Amino acid sequence: MHRFLIKKLLLAVTTLLAISVITFALFFLVPSNPAEVMCGNRQRCGPERLAQIEQRMGLDQPAYVQYGQFMKGIFVGRTFGEGAAARDCPAPCLGFSFRNDEPVTAIVARTLPVTLSIVFGAAAVWLLIGLSVGMVSALRRGTFFDKVAVGTSLVGASMPIFFFGYLLLIVLVYETGLLPNPKYTPITENPAAWAGAMVLPWIGLGFLNSATYARLARAQMLETLSEDFVRTARAKGLSKATVYGRHALRAAITPIVTIAGLDLGTYLGGTVITETVFGFTGLGKTALNAALNLDMPIVMATVLLAAVFIITANVLVDVLYAVIDPRVRLS
Amino acid sequence: MTAAVIPETPGAYTGAAPYLQVRDLSVRFATEDGVVRAVDGVSFAVERGRTLGIVGESGSGKSVTSLAILGLHDPKRTTIAGQILLGGRDIVGLDEESIRRLRGRDMAMIFQDPLSALHPYYTVGRQVAEAYRVHHPDASWREAHRRAVEMLDRVGIPQPARRANQHPHEFSGGMRQRAMIAMALVNNPELLIADEPTTALDVTVQAQILDLLADLQREFHSAIILITHDLGVVSQVADDVLVMYAGRAVEYGTAEQVLRRPQHPYTWGLLSSVPSLHGDPDADLIPIRGNPPSMIHPPPGCAFHPRCGYALLGSASTPGAAAGACEVDVPQLRQVQERGHTVACHLPEGKRVEIYRRDIAQAGVVR
Repeated sequence: MHRFLIKKLLLAVTTLLAISVITFALFFLVPSNPAEVMCGNRQRCGPERLAQIEQRMGLDQPAYVQYGQFMKGIFVGRTFGEGAAARDCPAPCLGFSFRNDEPVTAIVARTLPVTLSIVFGAAAVWLLIGLSVGMVSALRRGTFFDKVAVGTSLVGASMPIFFFGYLLLIVLVYETGLLPNPKYTPITENPAAWAGAMVLPWIGLGFLNSATYARLARAQMLETLSEDFVRTARAKGLSKATVYGRHALRAAITPIVTIAGLDLGTYLGGTVITETVFGFTGLGKTALNAALNLDMPIVMATVLLAAVFIITANVLVDVLYAVIDPRVRLS
Repeated sequence: MTAAVIPETPGAYTGAAPYLQVRDLSVRFATEDGVVRAVDGVSFAVERGRTLGIVGESGSGKSVTSLAILGLHDPKRTTIAGQILLGGRDIVGLDEESIRRLRGRDMAMIFQDPLSALHPYYTVGRQVAEAYRVHHPDASWREAHRRAVEMLDRVGIPQPARRANQHPHEFSGGMRQRAMIAMALVNNPELLIADEPTTALDVTVQAQILDLLADLQREFHSAIILITHDLGVVSQVADDVLVMYAGRAVEYGTAEQVLRRPQHPYTWGLLSSVPSLHGDPDADLIPIRGNPPSMIHPPPGCAFHPRCGYALLGSASTPGAAAGACEVDVPQLRQVQERGHTVACHLPEGKRVEIYRRDIAQAGVVR
């Protein structure tokens, strides 16, 4: 088990390093000079000013030195420029926005909680609804409930969030006024207001994803119910509750854990459309705006962060899998 | 014509009612293509301390019969008719809760592939303990675990205390089947059904498992039904043999009667398609031609007639039988001269004995 864990962690760190290199390469691949973006208006930006900025940002250094400084910034912090113009950037330093000079770390600290709130709340909704509907559907296969559930989940799985989200807004906010127009409030400030604003994205993203999970859970459960060990459990004289709850469920849930973990990792990297529909500025929307504006420090930070989430989720899934399925620990 | 007989246990009849009596059992499934008559009018009995071998090809209704006894069919899709008397009590149509109490306590089952029949995520000890605890609700997990280790030891698993904490994938095939047997016998059931218990195992391990079953039967004095397509296994352990074809019993008697003096052409076919240690090693094996019939639209008359080399067909004029009987009438199980031996075949008994002596026994296939 320990060797398994160490192996997985080493692999994760290696992958992250590789991604940091690729992310850093983005800096050189974009079809514009960062210094020019930084400099702003072309008329007022002479060659001298440009060279000054380049030197300040370290763009005159070779690529590998720049990468080294980038990584050093993340782990120990760095200083841009020299002398009076020097600007300190403590670890984890991800640079400053080209647009408004705000530290990227501050931007992430402001927008990440929005995405975290949306994703974890919605995940709770979709796991709860999806798994219970899927399991009941499988156990009551062919009944009216099953048919309605399968039909609804087909609709849900094929509906995009930018349609369903606006539908929710129109019905629940604009037409009936049941809910206020969502406006993000940090949970630390006012938990009730935070939850109130989050209800819509939780329903929107949660409900749509629960459709996929209901279908997955139903299929997994049906497959497990036809397994020999379920028949053995019944032949032992175990009650239905034990057969389904202890024997079938545990085997059926394993692949769902995998997919849920990976989904969670992906969504944490940003839920652009959900954030845009409901008017939140989360990590996803920040990344999108930064990409459109070629605000490279933010792009790099968000890409790197998304990678961290996905890789962490992967490691967690692997570990969880080994906890659930003893056969994994050996291989 | 004599009426079909509902046989008691063949051979020596002790007087007391056998522990398991199956009378005129029929199992039907509704499918999209039509009704499958998986078992049709099968009767047999097993006494405690005796072993009944049920033999037949895949799809002959062997496993369906055993699952019907345990009440493991989906009641919505399955129609079960007839009687299954367990200790004198009819369990057909019993409610799920009552039959659940019997499962694992009065009757238990061992399955073909122990790897897929054991839960991959739970330790072997825990799975055996669970089987004990469900019928001993007052027992603690600790007691149940101790009992599980005891049983694992009893079925010949070395270091049972350590092995109890391992998972099925850490066991070899033979050890897994031993664990499965321990799980089935943990509540001293009076009836044990073993569905192809050795099919997935190496030949050397097969013999060990069969010996173990025989040992445990002596100790626990349980009735055993051994379902198999392997006549070697049957001749090794069975006291009585029931041969099934297309959901019906075609021959039934003591192992001696069915294996040494078989009277049904299908039984002859099964015997001729098995190599023998004592026969000529170069002799060709004779397979049964054709395939098992559709269970939705079985052939009219005797279901075996399209594959039978001796069938009384319309053009044939065999003295003593109506021409074409095999194509028209379903043969019933009828007593032959020897007591307790019943055969469902239209051929006259004298003719059957003659054909067997002339064509089959010569090949030296009988052990």
